[in-house]
Amino acid sequence: MLDKLVFYLHYPFVQYALVVGVLIALCSSLLGVTLVLRRFSFIGDGLSHVAFGAMAVAAVLNITNDMPLILTITILCAILLLRTGQNTVVKGDAAIAMLSVGALAIGYLLMNLFSTSGNVSGDVCTTLFGSTSILTLTAGEVRLCAILSIAVVVIFLLFYNKIFAITFDETFAQATGTKTAAYNLLIAVVIAVIIVLAMDLVGSLLISALVIFPALSAMRLFGSFRAVTLCAAVLSVICAFCGIVLSILVGTPVGSTIVAADIVVFGLSVLIGRLCKGARA
Amino acid sequence: MALLTCQDLALGYEGNAIVDSLNFSVEAGQYLCIIGENGSGKTTLMKTLLGLRAPIRGQVVTGDGLTQDQIGYLPQQTIVQKDFPASVWEVVLSGCQGRCGLRPFYRREEKALAVRAMQRMDITSLKDRCYRDLSGGQQQRVLLARALCATRKLLLLDEPVSGLDPKVTAEMYQLIETLNAQDGITIIMISHDIAAAVHYATHILHIGEHVFFGTKADYLRSEAGQLLQGGASHA
Repeated sequence: MLDKLVFYLHYPFVQYALVVGVLIALCSSLLGVTLVLRRFSFIGDGLSHVAFGAMAVAAVLNITNDMPLILTITILCAILLLRTGQNTVVKGDAAIAMLSVGALAIGYLLMNLFSTSGNVSGDVCTTLFGSTSILTLTAGEVRLCAILSIAVVVIFLLFYNKIFAITFDETFAQATGTKTAAYNLLIAVVIAVIIVLAMDLVGSLLISALVIFPALSAMRLFGSFRAVTLCAAVLSVICAFCGIVLSILVGTPVGSTIVAADIVVFGLSVLIGRLCKGARA
Repeated sequence: MALLTCQDLALGYEGNAIVDSLNFSVEAGQYLCIIGENGSGKTTLMKTLLGLRAPIRGQVVTGDGLTQDQIGYLPQQTIVQKDFPASVWEVVLSGCQGRCGLRPFYRREEKALAVRAMQRMDITSLKDRCYRDLSGGQQQRVLLARALCATRKLLLLDEPVSGLDPKVTAEMYQLIETLNAQDGITIIMISHDIAAAVHYATHILHIGEHVFFGTKADYLRSEAGQLLQGGASHA
């Protein structure tokens, strides 16, 4: 088994997949903590469906480099969804549900009507559940992904204290002079970027798992925001790494293997959390 | 000049005023209680004072070197906070966030300020505890310490004792009174508890059908005060 792994690790495509997978897992888990705590767990799901719709539009328009278009549309929708104003027509979870299902349906419709490839259901399946495309990444894509990931991590570190203040108590932060609207906008943009990046890795149906599972697991184990954030990042990276390695060795789909690893870790965290609480009581 | 002055304020939603022609001012060192029935606009008034929403008409003027974002605020607890993983230290320190502007990290003097606020609230021993594991009274102390990080002059408290048991409620009122008397912090408190309001406050603002603003003694003699006291004794 180990020989096989070492043998595979010599191939650049395996190295690329691991680098990209770990980076994306790291970014999504960082933002996941604030999303889960602010009751926005489903935003990842909603946005990824939007990205799927955007991808379909790009395919219909025959745009070869579809990244800028997908990114723009997803960012716009993220801003729309995270605007926590009172005066929106459709509120909160309903807005997310509407947008995500709508985008999914329109995307699939467009793909069927104007398909250029012969295997529509195959194409749809890959975009929804992630493809082997993580194993066919080019050096350029890896570079783009690395740059965006590092940007996300740097932004998160620089705004960590502000993100905490807004997550814990948005009203207080706003009342005492923090520009909450601007930071909400920033968070929305960063989330959109992460989602578009993660689509290749796990597919648009499974992205939410990358965002919420590490955060939920870490929340069972730790009681401070810093510890939860660090723990979520570590767990997410470990799960992504193990998931990719396992999927290569056993030949399972990459995305669902990573998510399965996340689920196992969550189960363990719940158990450990219970035991610790029992020991303390 | 008064710390905070409201001039001809009208508050409400979508142009419908629920409170109209509100005029009052708060001087440094005063203890003002805002009372009134549910739906009379107490919380709307508080949000307007904090600059979170614009009044329909009129304005809120701050003076004495106070700006609107230097008002310490003790909000009612939100559902999000009930299971929030954060240490007491992180929550208290976040009160300094308004001072940071774009600067990403806290300065040493801001950390010192948070340490002092925790000492003042007697929660230093809880520093590394998780916020969600604390009792209701302890949580209020933590939020009060956070508010103290944001202000040296004026505290706005939104029903600070709701959900607390009688003993902790009394402690909380005591704590607020010493902040007012010893530290010279001006207090504006929204309250349902008229008995306590009349006991601790120096001034009363009663909004609703009868709007009243004045000192406690005047309030007790006024029509609204008589009505409420009658109501309170029946309850």
